Amino acid sequence: MSEAFTYRTISELSSLLHKKETSSTELTELYLSRAEALAEKTNSYIKLTRAEALKAAAAADKTLKAGEAGPLCGVPLGVKDIICQDGVEITCGSKILKGYVPPYDATAVAKLKQAGAVILGRLNMDEFAMGSSTENSAFGPVHNPWDLEYVPGGSSGGSAAAVAAGEAPAALGSDTGGSIRQPAAFCGVVGLKPTYGRVSRYGLVAFASSLDQIGPLTQDVRDAALLLNCLAGHDRRDATSLAEKVPDFTAALTGELKGLRAGVLKLDGLSGVDPEVLVSFRQAVELLAGAGVEIKEIELPHLDYGLAAYYIIAPSEASSNLARYDGVQYGLRCQDTPDVVAMYKGTRGEGFGDEVKRRIMLGTYALSSGYYDAYYLSALKVRRLLKNDFDQVFSGLDVVLTPTTPTAAFKLGEKTQDPIGMYLADYFTVGANLAGLPGISVPCGFSKAGLPIGMQAVAPALREDLLFKLAYGYEQRTEWKDKHPSI
Amino acid sequence: MEALRTAEDTKNMSESKNKKLSPEQVEKISHLARLELSSEEREKFAGQLSSVLDYIAKISKLDLKNVEPLAHVGELKNVWREDEVERTDVHDKLMDLAPEAKRGHFRVPRIIEE
Repeated sequence: MSEAFTYRTISELSSLLHKKETSSTELTELYLSRAEALAEKTNSYIKLTRAEALKAAAAADKTLKAGEAGPLCGVPLGVKDIICQDGVEITCGSKILKGYVPPYDATAVAKLKQAGAVILGRLNMDEFAMGSSTENSAFGPVHNPWDLEYVPGGSSGGSAAAVAAGEAPAALGSDTGGSIRQPAAFCGVVGLKPTYGRVSRYGLVAFASSLDQIGPLTQDVRDAALLLNCLAGHDRRDATSLAEKVPDFTAALTGELKGLRAGVLKLDGLSGVDPEVLVSFRQAVELLAGAGVEIKEIELPHLDYGLAAYYIIAPSEASSNLARYDGVQYGLRCQDTPDVVAMYKGTRGEGFGDEVKRRIMLGTYALSSGYYDAYYLSALKVRRLLKNDFDQVFSGLDVVLTPTTPTAAFKLGEKTQDPIGMYLADYFTVGANLAGLPGISVPCGFSKAGLPIGMQAVAPALREDLLFKLAYGYEQRTEWKDKHPSI
Repeated sequence: MEALRTAEDTKNMSESKNKKLSPEQVEKISHLARLELSSEEREKFAGQLSSVLDYIAKISKLDLKNVEPLAHVGELKNVWREDEVERTDVHDKLMDLAPEAKRGHFRVPRIIEE
C-alpha cells in the first residue's frame, strides 16, 4: 500500500479523493488487499465483496471526476453483517440464514450507496448481535488487533476490529445494549449509538426492536459526525424512525468545551470496575474539567438494575423476533422430519448457537404464563425508573460520563461459559438503550497490558451534537487516536 | 395454550430466587421456543439460565407498585400513513429463497395428522 493511505480518516481520504491524489478504485483495492492479508489474524470480515466494491468505486470515480461528489463519495467502508445489502448474502453471524440473499437494501445501506460510499464487505459479529465478545459467531471469533489473544468486544466486534486494524476507514455497527460502544472501547476507536429512532432500522435484522439502533464506528469523532449526517433521518419504512430535522452534526465540532455541563457517575463502592479503567476515566474527567467543562458528580439510582432489566427485555423481544427462523421461508431447513413441529425444532436446534438459544429460552420463560408479571412487566417498570433517572439528571446537565466498560478487553475463551460475567461488560452501556438516548465511546487511555480503554458520554434524546462537541473537544486535547496497533 | 406454569411453579419470583431450573423445565421451555436440545445442552443450559435468573431477580428488591411500565421510549401510538399500492418485483426473488416452494406457496412437512 501504500501505507500512506492506511489509518487515514474519512475526511482525510475524501480530501485526497477530491484533490485527485488517489482514486476510489485505488483506495478500494488497497483496503481489500489489507483486509485479505489480515483476515487470518483478525477474522474481522465474514466476506469481502470485491466485485461489488470495485464496481461502486468505479462509479464513485466518475462522480468525483464530474466534481459533484459529497464527503463520503468514493470512501470505502465495512458493514456489519446484520444490515441488508441488495444481492449480497447476509448471515447475521449465524448458520440458520444459510443462502439468504436479501433482494433489497437497508435504508442505511441505501443512504451510503447514494452518497457514493463503497462497501468493502460484511463484518463479523456475535450471532444475531447477541454477545459482548464476537465469540458467538458461526464464522469463528474476531481477534482484537491490539492483542490477538483478546476479544474485540461485541457484538459489532468485526466492525471495531476492522477499523482498529486499518481494514476499513470506518464501519457500520448496530447497538442494542452496547454493541457499538463496547467493542469501540475494547479496540480503541470511536463508536456512536444514535438516539432511538434517529437512524432507520429498515433492513436491520431485528434482535430487540425497541432497543436496536444502527451507528458508526470510526477513527475519530469527525468521521462519526459525517456518517451520522448521512444515516440520520425519517424513513416511512420504519414507523419508529423520528421525524425531527437532522442538523449538520459537523457544526458541533468546534473544539470549545467551556460551558458544557457534565455529570460524572459516582463510582465509589462499585466493585468490579478495574482500577486501571478508573484511573484513565478520572484523568479524562480532569482534563475536561481543566478545559472548562463543569463537572458534577451524579447518581443514577436505577442503573444498577438496568442490566437485569435489559436481560429480561432484550431476550423477550428476541424470542419473538427470532421466531421467524423456522425453516419455512428462508435459510436452513432440517430435512426428513415426521411433522412440521419436528421440522421447526430441528431447524432451530441445528441452526442457532448457544447464546441465541439461551436468550430465546430466557425470553420465552420471561414472557410465559405465570412469569410475565414478575419478569417482563417488572423489567418495563425498571426501564421507566431508569429513564426518569436520566430525565432528572439532564434537567441541569448536557452529558453524563461513565467508563464505557468496567474492564478493558478480556481474553478469548475467558467468559464463554459464564453468561453473567459476559453480560456485565454492558453494565454502563445498556442504560442509553433502555432510555433511548444517544451515547458515544471515545478512547481515553490504555491498560498496562496495552489494551484500549474507553470513556462513554450519554446525552438527552436527539442531542448527538452535545456528544460530538464534548468528544471532539476531548479528542483535540489528547493523542489516543494517533495510536495504532502493530499488526 | 401451553404454559410453563406448574403447580410448583406458581410461587413468585422472589421466592424462586436461588432455585435452580431443572433439565425438565428447560425441556419444557425449549419446546415452547421450538428448540431441539440434546440432553447435554439441557444440563448445561439449566445451570446457566439459573444463574442468569438469579442475577435478574435483583429487580424484585424494587418497589414497582405504582410505576408505569415503559415498553418503548418513543411511546408512539398508531403511526399512520396513506395506504398506497406500490409495485414491487421481489415476490419471485423471495420465493426463490424458500427451502421448498410450489406455485408461489411455501411447502412444509405434514401439519395435520392423518
